Amino acid sequence: MAVAASMAVEERSAQTRMALPSRFGEKAFEWLTLAMALAVVVLVILIGWQLWHGSSLAIRKFGFHFLTTSTWDPVAEQFGALPFIYGTLVSSLIALLIAVPLSIATAAYLTELAPLWIRQPLVSLIEMLAAIPSVILGLWGIFVMIPWLREYPFPLLKRFLGWTPFFTGPIYGPSMLAGGIIIAIMILPIITSFSREILRSVPDLQREAAYALGATRWEATRIAVLSYAKKGLFGAVILGLGRALGETMAVTMVIGNTPQIAASLFQPGYTLASVIANEFTEATTDIYLQALFEIGLVLFGVTILVNLLAQLLLRTITTTSATRAVQ
Amino acid sequence: MRFERAHHHTWRKIKSGLVSTIAFVSALLVIAPLGLVFFHLLVNGAGSVNWDFFTKLPAPVGAAGGGMVNAIVGTLELLALAGAIGIPVGVLGGIYLAEYGSARINSILRFLADVLNGIPSITWGVVVYGLVVLRFKGFSAYAGGLALSLIMIPLILRTTEEVVLLVPNGYREAALALGVSRWKTIVHIVMKTASKGIITGILLALARVGGETAPLLFTAFGNRFWNHSLSQPIAALPLQIFTYAISPYDDWHRQAWAGALVLVTGVFCVNVIVRVLTRGRAASVV
Repeated sequence: MAVAASMAVEERSAQTRMALPSRFGEKAFEWLTLAMALAVVVLVILIGWQLWHGSSLAIRKFGFHFLTTSTWDPVAEQFGALPFIYGTLVSSLIALLIAVPLSIATAAYLTELAPLWIRQPLVSLIEMLAAIPSVILGLWGIFVMIPWLREYPFPLLKRFLGWTPFFTGPIYGPSMLAGGIIIAIMILPIITSFSREILRSVPDLQREAAYALGATRWEATRIAVLSYAKKGLFGAVILGLGRALGETMAVTMVIGNTPQIAASLFQPGYTLASVIANEFTEATTDIYLQALFEIGLVLFGVTILVNLLAQLLLRTITTTSATRAVQ
Repeated sequence: MRFERAHHHTWRKIKSGLVSTIAFVSALLVIAPLGLVFFHLLVNGAGSVNWDFFTKLPAPVGAAGGGMVNAIVGTLELLALAGAIGIPVGVLGGIYLAEYGSARINSILRFLADVLNGIPSITWGVVVYGLVVLRFKGFSAYAGGLALSLIMIPLILRTTEEVVLLVPNGYREAALALGVSRWKTIVHIVMKTASKGIITGILLALARVGGETAPLLFTAFGNRFWNHSLSQPIAALPLQIFTYAISPYDDWHRQAWAGALVLVTGVFCVNVIVRVLTRGRAASVV
């Protein structure tokens, strides 16, 4: 008994002797990593606070009218963000109309329909497309895409769809439509990669059941895979929308940068991100700068909501992250 | 009756083939821009990528020639600054998620990191402008590096977490059983095992921010000459490409194409290296 007790005491003292210095290192390291991990919390708060703080004067001066008026006149110090909100929404919508069917079809091809040997090379190429910097796509947009659009597709659209208000008026080249197309190119690889992850997470039992019932490849894809993954695919699309709304350089270079609200997609437009990119360093008065900060706040608010929604939709589907594929 | 059923079946097969073809065409359309951009970069840029491009400062308007050496060096300096902040914070944060955090805290942090990854990069420019440029009254390399580092943090954090989670638990248990303390196990065993994956994540993040223009517009600002102090404006390759692309001068357009070719080559090289690294990883970790 006594021996056991003394051994226990000895052991404990030995333990404390050995443990004390290393326990400090242990805690210090854990806290250090925790502090670094908390950086993401700090960053979210920092952005919100900085944008709010930087635009407080403008928010007080213009109030809610900032979002609903369309005069953007730095000289008269009148600022309304409506043309930019409109331009952002319309260009993103065009981008989604082009990118969503293509991306989901490609994702379905990559996971369900394509011969096995072609899948990995295609995935690599799509990842390469995602890696092209925005400014380079913009350069290509200015000097290659726009002249081509002006020459062939735009006149065709005007000829056949000119009776709608969307394809009327003079064709300049830099336009809302060109902006939408360049955004589509930027979000294609993103939506494709995420959709592919989603489709891959569909259990094989689904497919096997469909094939057992005698379904063809496409029928199995449609009934067993696509409809099963509907929610996740919607999440991937929303995520693409988030990227589309904030896309800056390439759009700025091709959209024409004119703050107006025009029905025709041949007319130049302007987006929230573009006006910040173009006018931030030119903002000579405090209120001008404040108005641009407020535009940043609006953009941040919208993208964070869209991203929250996308993450919620994606999270329920797949726990393994699809974020690595494309950033 | 029998004929009809067979007929129906053929039609279904044809339909399946048809849809596969449409999907294949979609895939081609998705990668078409990659081929087109690369083709035009080579056609328009290759002629201007020469010795001068890598050794000379930009020529004044009207004068032919000149290069972008200051922008190339500037981008490397900005990446070094960004890495100095972004890599330690991102890697250690990722370690916390993988090794310490409770499920609840982790899901919140992971969620926030993913949301941060979705925020437009220009937002970081605005934030750093308010934080640094306004406060210290001037554009600077520090501000540009900081803006890029803030983009890197959530990227690296997520990739680090992912690869660290791939390290088999047996490795940790073996080290702990030998009496190695937890943090030493993490540093010497876990991080070492996952090092390839961690480096991959870092390289991808560097490649990504190296091509960023928007957050640099009003932080690093750009500079036509050498940057002599990090508290002064500094040139960056993407910025220079942007400035030249929207200028009205043909000489500058040529330089912009050349710069774009160099930038894309750099970004793609990193991606290829990463691919080679990850190929090795699949064998060594799993």
